[in-house]
Amino acid sequence: MPIGFLVNRLVLAIPTLFGVSVVVFVLLRVVPGDPIAMMIPPGAGQEDIDRLRVLYGLDRSIPEQYGIWLGQALTGDFGTSISLRSDVLGLVLQRLPATLELAALALLIAGALATGLAVLGTASRGRWPEAVVDGVTGTVQAIPDFVWGLLFILALGVLMPVLPISGRFDPRIEIDFATGFYLIESLARFDLDTAAMLLRHAILPAVALALPLTAVLARLLKSSLSEAMTQDYVQVAKVRGFGPGRLIVREAMRNALIPTVALSSVQVTFLIGGTVLVERIFSYPGIGNMAIGAVINRDLPLIQGLVLTFAVLFIAINLVADLTYAALNPRVRRG
Amino acid sequence: MSLDPVLAVEDLWVELGPLDLLRGVSLSVAAGQVAGLVGESGAGKSMIGRSILGLLPTGARVSQGSIRFRGRELVGLPIRAHRDLLGRGMTLIPQDPMTSLNPVHRIGRHMLDVLRLRMGLDRTTARTRALALLDEVHIRDPEAVLMRYPHELSGGMRQRVLIAMAFACEPALIVADEPTTALDVTVQRQILRLIKELQVHHGTAILFVTHDLGVVAKICDTVTVLHSGRVLEQGPVADALGAPQHAYTQALLAATPRYDRPADTLHPVPAPLTEALRVEATALRRGG
Ligand SMILES: Nc1ncnc2c1ncn2[C@@H]1O[C@H](COP(=O)(O)OP(=O)(O)OP(=O)(O)O)[C@@H](O)[C@H]1O
Ligand SMILES: [Mg+2]
Repeated sequence: MPIGFLVNRLVLAIPTLFGVSVVVFVLLRVVPGDPIAMMIPPGAGQEDIDRLRVLYGLDRSIPEQYGIWLGQALTGDFGTSISLRSDVLGLVLQRLPATLELAALALLIAGALATGLAVLGTASRGRWPEAVVDGVTGTVQAIPDFVWGLLFILALGVLMPVLPISGRFDPRIEIDFATGFYLIESLARFDLDTAAMLLRHAILPAVALALPLTAVLARLLKSSLSEAMTQDYVQVAKVRGFGPGRLIVREAMRNALIPTVALSSVQVTFLIGGTVLVERIFSYPGIGNMAIGAVINRDLPLIQGLVLTFAVLFIAINLVADLTYAALNPRVRRG
Repeated sequence: MSLDPVLAVEDLWVELGPLDLLRGVSLSVAAGQVAGLVGESGAGKSMIGRSILGLLPTGARVSQGSIRFRGRELVGLPIRAHRDLLGRGMTLIPQDPMTSLNPVHRIGRHMLDVLRLRMGLDRTTARTRALALLDEVHIRDPEAVLMRYPHELSGGMRQRVLIAMAFACEPALIVADEPTTALDVTVQRQILRLIKELQVHHGTAILFVTHDLGVVAKICDTVTVLHSGRVLEQGPVADALGAPQHAYTQALLAATPRYDRPADTLHPVPAPLTEALRVEATALRRGG
């Protein structure tokens, strides 16, 4: 199944990306706000403005502009950022690793915390720890990621400054990396000091992103686990003398993960979306932070490139979720 | 009987909130014997099995009586101690083989887990033993079956696997709760014969729950007739079914199909009789 499935999904991704590009392109050009106005010095004449409009192709009709953009995009040229005066693809690729590392760290934290909470809640069914788990997840879920970010900055950056609250690394330290994946690279080189420094910078935004997802995942997983624990196969395993920990981890967990994974891909895309505000708050140099700058400057080519990047990420997340689902579920794998 | 029974239930009362689900049930299963437990749906048959295995549904509890397993009192036994008896001491052959195997684990994983973790066998020995057990339940090509997932096997095959797993730990007692009702009629007969065969070979005591007196006549040594949570008739199969004392047993017999009796001469158990029995049962009160 996997090869045919993958090809199928990649083919399906083409119209999706095409649709996204059309919608973004048209939307950006019909909403008010002129990118040229943002870049000219005060006092520039109408002539200069017109020259810039021609330079960026903004004097043509929208379908014409789209045609040109698409033709170039298909050759890998996504235009030049108006505000940063640099190649869009290059800019995005330079910033993307930072966001991917942050999101992966957040996902890891959310997955671990959610699993712990769900197992604790299931194991203590009907007793007080379950009530605590339900209360905590309910509260945490009600607070959005950027609010967590602000709270962390206030608590751990200002009131009790124990962690850095800005940037991806300590600018006083010289570092030389071959890739944009600084954390992964330093871990792979066993450069633990650098890895720790990077982690100290990433941990607050990552936890802020992770908390709402943790709550949703914990609730999904806990209810799936409780459901699985009532199934006949768990009862039969119990009658073979297996203890409660084993029943949850070895018998119920994988069955509970199947519906949880199916339902959580949307939640993970929310986490990616959350990077926009959270990266901004922590001045973290990823594509989310860049997106806000691009919008403020009405940098049309950059916005287009970033939106398409987010679309590709969402498609990839759904693909990974589907592959995980199939890997967990033997009834799908061969069927 | 000179031998101590493997299982002796005495005056067992189980309540769920204000409801009495079992009302003073007594029964025993002698070593190497098959004790039948019959009764209509809702009579409390499964509740007896669950009490013995320590799997009462939440809210239900033993309010009076005793369950002795190999001389050891189970009522009031701490959960952990009861769990240690499961598998090697007593176990279950479940009713529905379609839902009783974990869908994400291969058959091999199911069997090896039991043999390694409960019997303490090493990997190679466990594998050899698993193959022998599958062979014992007449599964052809056991090697291949170990690699299969439950959904790749028929109901009959799955029940054979579950039977193999029940006998894997050589328990003294097996509770078989309607182990054939979920299966095709032709498969039912094979599975019954298989359980009897393994029971004789391993000398296991079985509490066999069914609603079919025909099955009781075929494989049980003794029988207990249950209705509304109380025992109406009890004794060796030959006596209880040959010369039933209770009107309900007689009615059940008249409702049971037999090879020498065409189906159209069967009489269902009369509703007024079951209703009267229900009223009678509700009037029963726990003693001291
Ligand atoms: N989980 C439960 N919660 C509440 N009541 C229950 C539960 N399980 C069974 N009961 C009740 O307990 C009584 C006995 O049920 P039990 O399952 O022992 O019947 P049974 O003789 O096994 O019937 P069947 O032939 O349908 O399996 C019934 O009245 C039933 O409604
Ligand atoms: Mg039952």
